[in-house]
Amino acid sequence: MENLSLEGALTVTFVRSLLAHANIVDVDATAAEALPNVQVMTAADLDLGVFGPGFPDVNPSMGRPLLVVDRVRFVGDIIAIVISDDSATGADAAELVYVDYDQLPAVVSPHESAKDEALLFPEAGTNVATRAGSPEHDENLFDGCDVVVSGTFVSQRMAPCPLEARSAAAELGPDGRITAWLSTQTPHQDRTALAETLGLDPAQIRVVGLDVGGGFGAKTLNVEEVLVVWLARRLGRPVRWTETRSESMTALPHGRAASLEYTIGGTRDGKVLAYRLEVLQDCGAYASVGAVLPGLTGLMASGVYAIPRIEFESRSVVTNTTPVSAFRGAGRPEASQAIERAIDTFAAELGMDPAEVRRRNFIPTNAFPYTTASHAAYDSGDYEGALELALRSVGYDALRDEQRQRRERAATTQLGIGISCYVEITNGIAEIEFGEVEITRDGGAIVRTGSFSHGQGHETTFAMIAAERLGLPVEKVTVHKGDTDEVARGTGTYGSKSTQIGGAAARLAADDVLEVAKQLVGDYLEASPADIVLDPALGRLHVAGAHSLGISWADLALRASADGRLAELRAEHEFQAAAPTFPFGAHVAVVEVDTETGRVELRRLVAVDDAGTLINPLIAQGQVHGGIAAGVAQALYEDFVYDDDGNPLTGTFVGYAFPSSADLPSWEAVEMETPTPLNVLGAKGIGESGTIGATPAVHNAVVDALAPLGVRNVDLPANGENVWRALRKAKA
Amino acid sequence: MTSVALTVNGSRCEADVEPRQLLVYFLRDRLGLKGTNVGCDTTSCGACTVLVDDESVKSCTVFAVQADGSEVTTVEGLARGDALHPVQQAFHEQHALQCGYCTPGFVLATVSLLKENPNPSETEIREGLEGNLCRCTGYHNIVKAVQAAARAGA
Repeated sequence: MENLSLEGALTVTFVRSLLAHANIVDVDATAAEALPNVQVMTAADLDLGVFGPGFPDVNPSMGRPLLVVDRVRFVGDIIAIVISDDSATGADAAELVYVDYDQLPAVVSPHESAKDEALLFPEAGTNVATRAGSPEHDENLFDGCDVVVSGTFVSQRMAPCPLEARSAAAELGPDGRITAWLSTQTPHQDRTALAETLGLDPAQIRVVGLDVGGGFGAKTLNVEEVLVVWLARRLGRPVRWTETRSESMTALPHGRAASLEYTIGGTRDGKVLAYRLEVLQDCGAYASVGAVLPGLTGLMASGVYAIPRIEFESRSVVTNTTPVSAFRGAGRPEASQAIERAIDTFAAELGMDPAEVRRRNFIPTNAFPYTTASHAAYDSGDYEGALELALRSVGYDALRDEQRQRRERAATTQLGIGISCYVEITNGIAEIEFGEVEITRDGGAIVRTGSFSHGQGHETTFAMIAAERLGLPVEKVTVHKGDTDEVARGTGTYGSKSTQIGGAAARLAADDVLEVAKQLVGDYLEASPADIVLDPALGRLHVAGAHSLGISWADLALRASADGRLAELRAEHEFQAAAPTFPFGAHVAVVEVDTETGRVELRRLVAVDDAGTLINPLIAQGQVHGGIAAGVAQALYEDFVYDDDGNPLTGTFVGYAFPSSADLPSWEAVEMETPTPLNVLGAKGIGESGTIGATPAVHNAVVDALAPLGVRNVDLPANGENVWRALRKAKA
Repeated sequence: MTSVALTVNGSRCEADVEPRQLLVYFLRDRLGLKGTNVGCDTTSCGACTVLVDDESVKSCTVFAVQADGSEVTTVEGLARGDALHPVQQAFHEQHALQCGYCTPGFVLATVSLLKENPNPSETEIREGLEGNLCRCTGYHNIVKAVQAAARAGA
């Protein structure tokens, strides 16, 4: 984004709160505005309302003012805007804006927040933004259970850390239309939201997503982008903003931040009869996407198991911390983390192999479609098949032997083997997606898609899909995305939905173009279009049974072009699946844990991930690799931490434990394909599966290594310190 | 303002710079070499890695004035015409990039690593690239690309 050249653009620098919770007494910009060409704006200059929450069941008074009016609610809240000629002057000026704060007690812990003693939004009368599930307890939930065990842990707060921090630029055109270049995952949705927030007709706005350096769920429209676009209109000059990493670490929404409390019960022979999951979600300072993610956790609570009785309850509360939104997995990792820890806790209590307990509770392969007691309607799956494949691949029995030997000789470094069997939901609200295919003058094709791509490789995958249907070499197909003026409609990329809906729409549009082409070829060859067939190997349309009576795409395009009929070779298709899809898999992690120091080393991670039919296995595996790394990062390394006053302690890449190549092993990804019936491709989502599967596998492995020492749980991240603490606690 | 003279991707350049200007912004904003990215402000991520006198450095932590008299190579200086540098070729073939933002830094760090150690083990590769961060690939295919580049004699 920073590479965009924009003649005469002014630079935007935000003055952000240094305190987590305070009333603003005064903002003095005199010294800042004494610098050359510097202008400072505060809420008093703004004619805009509140951003969000944007969800009907969320407390409407917990939206975020675009600039704080009188109260800051987290370190990073925006107090003022500095407009300058360049970023160095902007940084200097921002430091000269004097803010007089009247500090308030910070509410940092969600448990404290839930007490409703100190309120972030006094007018709301509560810190609870929303609830999901049922607060009613069934006293008989665990009736008939021989064994009932409970546990609690925190799915800790993570910073999404796309390598490219956010950036935005905007320019008002001579026609009064505004163009916004955003580092985003969702250009079309951003256009809609910008129009709503700025009170404009969407037709007056063009959003362009250029090459975007990763998103991971966090890069959807936020207050900064709205302000940049508003400024370009207000000033009548192009403006741009690029956040620094330190700024991004507190300003870009965080992920996870959910306290999980589970109870699981079943029979002595390992059959789970009932499960209860309670979530306390930390929304951060303003309620947005994060507030509603526990709904997905509840939906996916049952995991891969046929559990007859499930209870779920969640509360989402605001705290004086960075707002929480989607991060790779978004609500589903929490479900897997809870049920997979619960199953292991249950297995440990029974003294049964965790693999065997899983086998006894899987939803059987012949039971699909299957609706769980937590109300998810799974499309297809083979959970036992995935586990058996993973166990074979890792050499499970030999590892258990090695573990037994180390335990018998009380080795300092113990071996832990952790299993996670997961299912997740992708295309979660079964959205509609747009695809368009156009034959170009040179006989190639352009695919226009409403999906976005910020590292997922849709440019290749979608080109392959269209090329295959049209019998074109893949190099002859180019994919256009991200410009709302060029692509008529779209939803963008999140929730692992792009290939299954955007890819399917591209394929259906390609099929539509082929039908149109048959009409045209029928006209040219004086044959019935019904008799025209495509030879996909040659990229040639010909009369069925008469190969010589045909025309290649290149010749067809040339002739249609000469006849003024090229425009006919274009088709749009919108695709909406009837329901979400449910990728699944099994991960097995092998760790070594030093029982004296707590040091954990991840030795291996075998991942079986089944996302239905794979279009491009290389790209799909790349998604799995990156997903696993993020899952392992949560299991072993990352944790966004605040002190008691709400000051971020991990606000840079120095303090935040983003793992490097030296911290991780190579992954052993094993493919498995169980197609979904819900789209023509048979594809499910793959972008988040690795993350969802990996965290509980590694978490379970660390606890498994320490089980002989009496350890029942280790807090996440299971790093040296938390393992050491768990060991101390077990000894005490 | 301070006068500096250096060679960037084989071309000699002289300029007056503010003493506080970092090399990365000199390359990006003064010379228009936008292939070098900024990923953090703490010398942690390596997205801005370039070669200074054949050694990899994080250009966000070097002042332009410190590069005076040096030979600097950025990602734009690696390919020979249409032919990618063997390390670039290996990254392409092994699908070692997704969003691509960290890639120029990784490629240059790899060039430097392989110069020092033409046949690194997996552990040596992982430790050698420890100063570069990637959020997309889980490093798996990056390691494979470095191995492939080593085999190709990069």
